[in-house]
Amino acid sequence: MTTETTNSRAEQSFREWLLSETPSSRRHARLAAAYKGWLRLRRNHMAMFGLGILVALVIIAAIAPWLAPYDPYAQVLSDRLLPIGSEGHLLGTDSLGRDILSRLIYGSRITLYIVTLVALIAPVAGLMVGTIAGYVGGWTDTILMRITDIFLAFPKLVLALAFVAALGAGIENAVLAISLTAWPPYARLARAETLTIRSSDFISAIRLQGAGPVRIITRHIWPLCISSLIVRVTLDMAGIILTAAGLGFLGLGAQPPSPEWGAMISEGRRFLLDHWWVATIPGLAIFTVSLAFNLLGDGLRDVLDPKDGKS
Amino acid sequence: MALAEKQAKGRVSPPFPRWMRTTATTLASVAFTMLGLLFITFIIGRVMPIDPVLAVVGERASQETYDAAYEAMGLDKPLLVQFGYYIWDVLHGDFGDSLLTARPVSEDIARVFPATFELATLGTLIGIFAGVPLGVMAAVHRGSWIDQIARVVALVGYSMPVFWMGLMGLLVFYGILGWVAGPGRVSIFYEGMVPTVTGMMLVDAALDGNWTVFRDAFSHIILPASILGYYSLAYISRMTRSFMLEQLSAEYITTARVKGMSERAVIWGHAFRNIRVQLITVFALSYANLLEGSVLTEIIFSWPGIGSYITTALLSADMNAVLGGTVVVGLVFILLNIFCDLLYKVLDPRAR
Repeated sequence: MTTETTNSRAEQSFREWLLSETPSSRRHARLAAAYKGWLRLRRNHMAMFGLGILVALVIIAAIAPWLAPYDPYAQVLSDRLLPIGSEGHLLGTDSLGRDILSRLIYGSRITLYIVTLVALIAPVAGLMVGTIAGYVGGWTDTILMRITDIFLAFPKLVLALAFVAALGAGIENAVLAISLTAWPPYARLARAETLTIRSSDFISAIRLQGAGPVRIITRHIWPLCISSLIVRVTLDMAGIILTAAGLGFLGLGAQPPSPEWGAMISEGRRFLLDHWWVATIPGLAIFTVSLAFNLLGDGLRDVLDPKDGKS
Repeated sequence: MALAEKQAKGRVSPPFPRWMRTTATTLASVAFTMLGLLFITFIIGRVMPIDPVLAVVGERASQETYDAAYEAMGLDKPLLVQFGYYIWDVLHGDFGDSLLTARPVSEDIARVFPATFELATLGTLIGIFAGVPLGVMAAVHRGSWIDQIARVVALVGYSMPVFWMGLMGLLVFYGILGWVAGPGRVSIFYEGMVPTVTGMMLVDAALDGNWTVFRDAFSHIILPASILGYYSLAYISRMTRSFMLEQLSAEYITTARVKGMSERAVIWGHAFRNIRVQLITVFALSYANLLEGSVLTEIIFSWPGIGSYITTALLSADMNAVLGGTVVVGLVFILLNIFCDLLYKVLDPRAR
């Protein structure tokens, strides 16, 4: 009883410390800002719903071997194309008698793998190009931004198709192709942010203290671009998942027998009219995850970037 | 730079009228973007693991034949020179021959493009006629059930894989309900019954006056077009809503209401009039996006358009066809974007 009250009292004072108006250190201020943002995000039920789905996805991917009732690759040809709700196969089996639920669970790992890699590569590349273009200006800016425009001028999926065609099919190449098509908007965004930051007084102050361009860009401009990039990345995630699934569906992403969701739809397509669940269930999974990213992205935009949040 | 500074201070009047300069800048940027587009496809064509010479001479050719073909294809020249040849060829509409169909890629594309055009156009029309009223209603009744519906429609559109939606559409409307025809452009026994004029089945059938074929073609196209239309509806309704909200909160709307104008006249006669130009841009952009969405949709519906063409070529390593198709799609994309910009400048006096 006593420990409980002390605990809640400690919690209470921690909360007060977080919400204090006069931060005592830089770390304190950052934590306080993050906590306030979290409080605002928590009030957005749809965003929390999206976050919940994504957390669940990460947990499922992490404990997939314990969660999945069967080996996702194990073929039992006598049990092929069992319908939903069959004994022992909650979501049925596919044309090779593999358990769809198990494949779905393992497939979450591939989805997360693709999304994480693209989310690391594309924004970082865009951030570098955009901040350099914005900070250096002049010809560098013109050339870098023209290149960005060229990539923006392509329809994404078609460009990704052509890249995969050149690089060869496979998950890593699909990730590379998607990243190559995804970076330009981040470069634009980072450049716009840099242009507003560049002329501010604190940058002049740092420059007078003797900081070189590399230090200014990496230590003072990048941190300020991060929050708008995060919002954009979250909103783009849904599109990235859809493109990855599309590539998988076309047979250009993850290769069979890998349980990638897009590839699973493609396998189920042949039996669509007679055995609808084989193609339907992985599609629902893709839909759920990209919906979650869209919901969370909308919520994050309202919290981190209030100027766009009116719509 | 110096000139720009002087101009800014107003000492020197610009040597050319403004419209000339903007046109020149636009043209230069178009040329540059197209050059970049060609460069990217050229590089892709060079790094791909398939040997273009082997593809032509076959695997059993002797070394001499191979070398001769190698030189004939200009592969012994420096990359920059090869790029020059490539541009020259493309400017003459020559994308090489397709390995799969053994015909010039440009001919193939001319044959398949109308099918995509027909599909994307009908899709955009559906998107416009459903999306604009939905967006307007959502903005006018902000927060009401219709606004919620519009929100869900858009969210689903942004989150659902287009190829999966196509499959589900086939399953429900073709497989279970039997309301529409299955994959393909027209039933097999009607194929070749109307003369090809535009390459668009609906138009050709109408021109020929053959309404049986027209009905059949319509029942084939309506499902893929509706699915593409749904995606453009999601985008168009969202944009319409936010444009309308901006207008509705303006003071002139309050004035119009205070004057006692009917709500209908306020919405359609005042607010909507002012967003028409913005909307046209949105339509053009959504049209460009449909080109992309049509790649996957065409495959689901066995639609013989440019998306099917590119992917089939891709899976059989027919690189000329892939690159030719990519260039053409990219070109259409760029042109649509420029068309959008120009239209905006012409129609909206504020943008001049």
